[in-house]
Amino acid sequence: MKKLLIHNDKVPNIHTLDVYRAQGGYASVEKALKTMTPDQVTEEVKKSGLRGRGGAGFPTGMKWSFLAKPEGVPRYLVCNADESEPGTFKDRYLMEKIPHALIEGMITSSYALGAKTSYIYIRGEYFYVARILEQAIAEAYAAGWLGKNILGTDFSHDCHVQVGGGAYICGEETALLESLEGKRGNPRIKPPFPAVAGLWGCPTVVNNVETIAAVCPIVNMGGEEYAKIGIGKSTGTKLISASGHINKPGVYEIELGVPVEEFIFSDEYCGGIRNGKKLKAVVAGGSSVPILPTELILKTAKGEPRLMTYESLADGGFQTGTMLGSGGFIVMDEDTSIVKNLFTFTRFYHHESCGQCSPCREGTGWMEKILHKFLDGTANESDVDLLWDIQSKIEGKTICPLGEAAAWPVAAAIRHFKDEFLEIARKKKFTDVSHYNRLNKISA
Amino acid sequence: MSSQVHGVQHFDKAKRAEIKFSEEAMKVVQTIISHYPEGKQKSALLPVLHIAQAEFGGWLSPETMDYIASVLKIKPIEVFEVASFYTMYNLQPVGKCVLEVCQTSSCWLNGAEDIVKYIEKKLSIKVGETTKDGMFTLKVAECLGSCGTAPMLQCGASFHENLTYEKVDNLIEKYKSENRLRSYTDLDYKNTI
Repeated sequence: MKKLLIHNDKVPNIHTLDVYRAQGGYASVEKALKTMTPDQVTEEVKKSGLRGRGGAGFPTGMKWSFLAKPEGVPRYLVCNADESEPGTFKDRYLMEKIPHALIEGMITSSYALGAKTSYIYIRGEYFYVARILEQAIAEAYAAGWLGKNILGTDFSHDCHVQVGGGAYICGEETALLESLEGKRGNPRIKPPFPAVAGLWGCPTVVNNVETIAAVCPIVNMGGEEYAKIGIGKSTGTKLISASGHINKPGVYEIELGVPVEEFIFSDEYCGGIRNGKKLKAVVAGGSSVPILPTELILKTAKGEPRLMTYESLADGGFQTGTMLGSGGFIVMDEDTSIVKNLFTFTRFYHHESCGQCSPCREGTGWMEKILHKFLDGTANESDVDLLWDIQSKIEGKTICPLGEAAAWPVAAAIRHFKDEFLEIARKKKFTDVSHYNRLNKISA
Repeated sequence: MSSQVHGVQHFDKAKRAEIKFSEEAMKVVQTIISHYPEGKQKSALLPVLHIAQAEFGGWLSPETMDYIASVLKIKPIEVFEVASFYTMYNLQPVGKCVLEVCQTSSCWLNGAEDIVKYIEKKLSIKVGETTKDGMFTLKVAECLGSCGTAPMLQCGASFHENLTYEKVDNLIEKYKSENRLRSYTDLDYKNTI
């Protein structure tokens, strides 16, 4: 399996500049600054077919080409390191283990965009990771990779880290920019898009950590070579955060196109379901993407093997498919209560709604309350319809996609596991066997 | 909440006088401000609030927020509206060690509820409460990005992962014996338990 991002994560002291450099680090900066024009770098990223690794999957090269370049106005690159989508921890892994991979990507990408300053906005809870990044940045300045006239060229660049204050919504790019400006994380109405009016009203590109890190191998090997990895429009490699009831949770770099079944059951990846249990369901791309039952996550509705690609996971639309999203891959065994898992998601979205839009602010709270009734054993069968009704009235009616993110998991849980809701409502009793004795087993 | 809004508007000048960054902290604050263009010092607000919380007893009193407003040359309400939006800022006093147990999906699937119950029993407090000796506050948190090493809790800058009851016992003992304020800005973040 081809690895491009975390292939050297086990090398001792890879977090230091010397070791990172000895492993071939900063080659993309040398190549770009010395042999390429900024537009040529952008062109390679376009050719690579790289898509945003934060969740939306928007083509990165295209996003870069939208950047407005008015004379005399500074442009900014902002790295979205506000990784908060439940089930996702890949960016933390990358930044903690190989901080220079991100910094190298920031420099090369900033060169392409003509950004003299860039910011890494990292969620506040990752404060210790921010420290690691700051140390790496200090090393990069000392060695001349950052600062004035990098490698003796005209290109100068400053990169800074800013910590957030604990708010999922700041992963939405315009909320992130608000937060970077020292404000509440309320998403902005688009347009204007950040490419035109972003940080302090200046043209800005906001990219995910993994996206920016992927620019290094793309520049090194060339966009066309990169595009040969993967399948179809799902080019390159992707970091998958695997968690839940599996034998080997962790971050895996996969070549896009690995069959889902292989990813879950092979020893190279998740190593199968823990404690000899059976697979029940998977949330494949972070909490906001639709949950799928075993039969639909392993195979599409047409009976084809489901692959870890943007297209294959989305095959069948939301009726029978899901999304690759952020790559937050949560696996649930046969004992898991889908209703209770949904409750944890909905509680999360209620907690994280910024409160700007009524459908999201009120709707997420109502859904949490209704789901709580299921856990209390006081829900009626009609509450399933009520839940469906509420989620359908959030989707598409809010400024930012948090509304959809909150609505989709509810819709998918009802779509695929309606009987579980109805059974609780009929019995007027919820018995949670999902997690009992797990800890005792681990402790023993 | 209203009393805090009140506090922002009518700060106590005597209390305010006691609140001042140490020289060392002020240097860090100035460095952060220097990361932004001239006149955009408000951008430093979130990181500076973290420093303030660590410097001034683990929470942001109205007086502290007023002081930060004066440091960044912005209005007190601009500080309060931010401090009240983000979950990491405490607007009420908390214990020296705030234990934040992640409760979202993957952590729940791996027994986070049992960890919460265990800590509640061990410390004789409920979620949201502080022990009588002012040592521990127990909170639940939403996804902290540690799903592959669930269940987990965060205390200050440290992530404590793959928790077991035994690990919880050990870290509570350790924190008790160290008896100091643990903040997000701690340099000592290595997870030793």
